[in-house]
Amino acid sequence: MKANGKVIKYGDNIDTDVIIPARYLNTSEPAELAKHCMEDIDKDFVNNHSTGDIMVGGANFGCGSSREHAPIAIKASGISCVIAKDFARIFYRNSINIGLPILECKEASEDIKAGDSVEVDFDSGVIKNITTGKEYRAVAFPPFMQEIINKGGLVEYIKSNK
Amino acid sequence: MGMTMTQKILANAAGLESVSAGDLIMANLSLVLGNDITSPVAIKEFDKLGLKSVFDNTKIALVPDHFTPNKDIKSAEQCMAVRNFAGEQDIVNYFEVGEVGIEHALLPEKGLVVAGDVVIGADSHTCTYGALGAFSTGVGSTDMAAGMAIGKAWFKVPEAIKFNLTGKLNEYVSGKDLILHIIGMIGVDGALYKSMEFVGEGVHSLTMDDRFTVANMAIEAGAKNGIFEVDDKTREYMKAHSKKEWKEFSADNDAEYAKVIDIDLSTVPHTVAFPHLPENARTPENWGDVKIDQVVIGSCTNGRLSDLQNAAKILKGKKVKKGIRVLVFPATQRIYLEALKDGTLSTLVEAGCVISAPTCGPCLGGHMGILAAGERCVSTTNRNFLGRMGHVKSEVYLASPEVAAASAITGKITAPEEVM
Repeated sequence: MKANGKVIKYGDNIDTDVIIPARYLNTSEPAELAKHCMEDIDKDFVNNHSTGDIMVGGANFGCGSSREHAPIAIKASGISCVIAKDFARIFYRNSINIGLPILECKEASEDIKAGDSVEVDFDSGVIKNITTGKEYRAVAFPPFMQEIINKGGLVEYIKSNK
Repeated sequence: MGMTMTQKILANAAGLESVSAGDLIMANLSLVLGNDITSPVAIKEFDKLGLKSVFDNTKIALVPDHFTPNKDIKSAEQCMAVRNFAGEQDIVNYFEVGEVGIEHALLPEKGLVVAGDVVIGADSHTCTYGALGAFSTGVGSTDMAAGMAIGKAWFKVPEAIKFNLTGKLNEYVSGKDLILHIIGMIGVDGALYKSMEFVGEGVHSLTMDDRFTVANMAIEAGAKNGIFEVDDKTREYMKAHSKKEWKEFSADNDAEYAKVIDIDLSTVPHTVAFPHLPENARTPENWGDVKIDQVVIGSCTNGRLSDLQNAAKILKGKKVKKGIRVLVFPATQRIYLEALKDGTLSTLVEAGCVISAPTCGPCLGGHMGILAAGERCVSTTNRNFLGRMGHVKSEVYLASPEVAAASAITGKITAPEEVM
């Protein structure tokens, strides 16, 4: 599986309250959540991004609340992949569980700039910056997690192991 | 190689002799928790599994505490979905308004968690129960759905940071100051993916309420869990609240730690976390002159009886500064009643505070105390992220109940000693 898109770049400690503010948590409809994704730090995100774009953050991406609404909002916005230096652990679990591809890669997180065109190969973990020609290798998923991803999320994984 | 406290609990729950940091394990769950925000998503996922019933209707707790009493029509519908599911599945520990309290104060009080338990909750502050010597951690809704279905969850066994506590906290300094001091020291990702284990003779001097506050905010350092060694105070608490059998685990002498941090509790200063991260910890000499509009005393971090009593001690016979709104949220009905009976609530109302029903409301900018642009709040809650309590241009300063009460009197961030 591959993703291909333009980069939207954020800094360190992007918390779940800015990914989807709690005032919108009275619904769990993905399309409704997507309308307000990132609005407190980037009110243009909703209008300026295209389907397939790649989000790149710094350290501790997704810290804060356990709301699965955060990766759901990002996925429903059409973001194809999130790359960060590292992720907060609940956000990491949630993303895997709902099928939002995420990759940890310190160098890519530091080097890649907003607007760069990037290609990600999930099978090999190779991140290619088309704009600069530079290649990076992300931390590979442990086999256990790869199985959850291959099955399309935790619910499908449990169904197939029943 | 020896194991940490957390590793021993996880090994026991997975039926393994021993585990090491990095192992992926499948552990049996003692309890699965959800609230009115996260449970509706979990229920949808649970339904997709096509199962008739949950794994055990006595080991699931559904606590609609975030947007209750219902703040609007959509929230009312989310609560209804949880209520209906609880009815269909005959969930024993479903708590309706009138019984409900803030989940992380309610579950220990009801005796639903004891030492040695493994608990997952679809709420990040589930790590609170580490105060009782349990392994508990926050997860998302899909993990909650899977937990309700099979009574198990997968974990990557964490390594740990050991906090070796000595001494005793000074007067007017409490668990909140300690955890903000620690987060200031190690940062909001200082314990990412790790356990925070609190041991040493200093632990014995901390009240159970202090320990709940400290374990509660382990997540604000990125930790998987925070956990305290069981002592006589823990045993006394569990005997008074629970009929469940508990199991005590302590770390092996040769357990390996990523880091060991020694803290002399007598040196912990009043600490306030400035906007917009809990790691922006500042001590009184660096507070400056921060004028405030609102004070919130409550939440899963600091809404317990001693928190309200400590605030009342400072506000007794004094008045909230004119123009400052002070909102007090007892975390559970029992805390509310006890604070009513011992005069704590009268003291707070006489001083000019308003007392609310138990709810998470203001902490996450849900309802009951939203801030306008430019407003500042001193709050005993746990997060001061951008826009957390309302407008994106509002500010939250995290503090202890003692500092919050003192600030209510002066209208600016103030140390308790200045008003006593």
